[in-house]
Amino acid sequence: MERSEDVKLLSFHSSPFGQRVIWALKLKGVDYGYIEQDIFNKSTLLLELNPVLRKVPVLVHCNRPIAESLVILEYIDETWKQFPLMPHDPYQRAHARFWANFAEHKLLEAAWIAMRSSGKEQEKAVNEAREAVEKIEQEIKGKRFFGGDNIGYLDIALGWISYWIPAWEEVGSMKILDPFRFPAINEWITNFLSHPIIKDALPQRDNMITYYHSRRKEVSPS
Amino acid sequence: MGESEVKVIGKWSSPYVMRVKIALRIKSIEHEHFEETLNPKSDLLLKSNPVYAKVPVLIHHGKPISESLIIVEYIDETWSNDNSPSILPSDPYDRALARFWATYIDEKWFPSMKSIITVETEEEREPYYKVLEEVVERVEDAFGKCSKGKPFFGGDSVGFLDIAFGSFLGWLRVTESLYGRKVLVEAKAPSLVKWAERFADDPAVKGLIPDHDKLVEISKPLQIKWRALAAIGKKY
Repeated sequence: MERSEDVKLLSFHSSPFGQRVIWALKLKGVDYGYIEQDIFNKSTLLLELNPVLRKVPVLVHCNRPIAESLVILEYIDETWKQFPLMPHDPYQRAHARFWANFAEHKLLEAAWIAMRSSGKEQEKAVNEAREAVEKIEQEIKGKRFFGGDNIGYLDIALGWISYWIPAWEEVGSMKILDPFRFPAINEWITNFLSHPIIKDALPQRDNMITYYHSRRKEVSPS
Repeated sequence: MGESEVKVIGKWSSPYVMRVKIALRIKSIEHEHFEETLNPKSDLLLKSNPVYAKVPVLIHHGKPISESLIIVEYIDETWSNDNSPSILPSDPYDRALARFWATYIDEKWFPSMKSIITVETEEEREPYYKVLEEVVERVEDAFGKCSKGKPFFGGDSVGFLDIAFGSFLGWLRVTESLYGRKVLVEAKAPSLVKWAERFADDPAVKGLIPDHDKLVEISKPLQIKWRALAAIGKKY
């Protein structure tokens, strides 16, 4: 059977996970076809390509699907060698993977809950999120990007912090990325969002705010 | 006495530590072992893994690496030559599959196993058993795709996904002993049942699966601890 070299990405307009994949593909100059998914009314295509987790993003390359955005990032890096994303040294690679996973497990859920909750529950989530940001702050101190002088895997893996957390702060009327407490992260956010590739590859903020307001309303009528 | 180049901070009962041990054995890497009691946590652990204070930690040339699967990838990348087998597949798509399934297993398997031991009644255990059964069904399917007719997920030899899933076999047998309900059964997962035997017998793994009776013995104090944490609403 002929295998298409075509690259397709199934994702959702405001998905931070899907955006990581877009950033990686654009940094490497890889052409891809984008297929928007309605995550509340999952298409047959999505369910066929990711039957196990039924989530976006899914990358399809040579007719073979790959799911889980961090797994997709490493696949992209290993398949298209231009503009390497992962560091070369094994210790640095382990370090990058560690912090990508840390943010995924310790910051993401807390920030998400903070966006959707209020009162004591929100306060607790905001504190947890800030504790996680504090640790990440130490990692970016003195560096332009997590990858050093250039954007790398960890910048892409943590990139959601730069654009989604501020949006969630607005939706939830709370603050996580305090600029006085976290000057280094805030500076990285500016650097990251002004990177020539990244700044043209961000979802429409209005759409995001509207979407996340609706997610918040599901649980918090206020 | 010189500084050991490779140290592992571990605990005999931890499936995550077992992953690191298997990987080191595959690569024939000698190492120094520090048995961590976790109560209290040693200074070495707190210094080497300040973020999580958990085992395993690999210390190589004085530099610490944490998180079991990240350590396994580090081992594979650091000791990569013609003399020792690769742990991850060489093809990027196969690597993505292995990583995907390992991530899936880590998200679904141990939390459910822990919950089975922690909750009080059979009724409460039921949904977690359902999760384990679904995982077994899916991983059985994955075995077919990854092994491509060979004995292990990794092909001819024990690989990344074998290590990720196989490390839980010891604790799986414990839940089976405690509650008399089997999850890895011939009728539902014929390939995995056979694979489990091959895995346990493989030279890379033999002797590394903790003793069953000892695990059952510590499951009781662990159950008490986890139930206490659950009672005050903390993640166990």
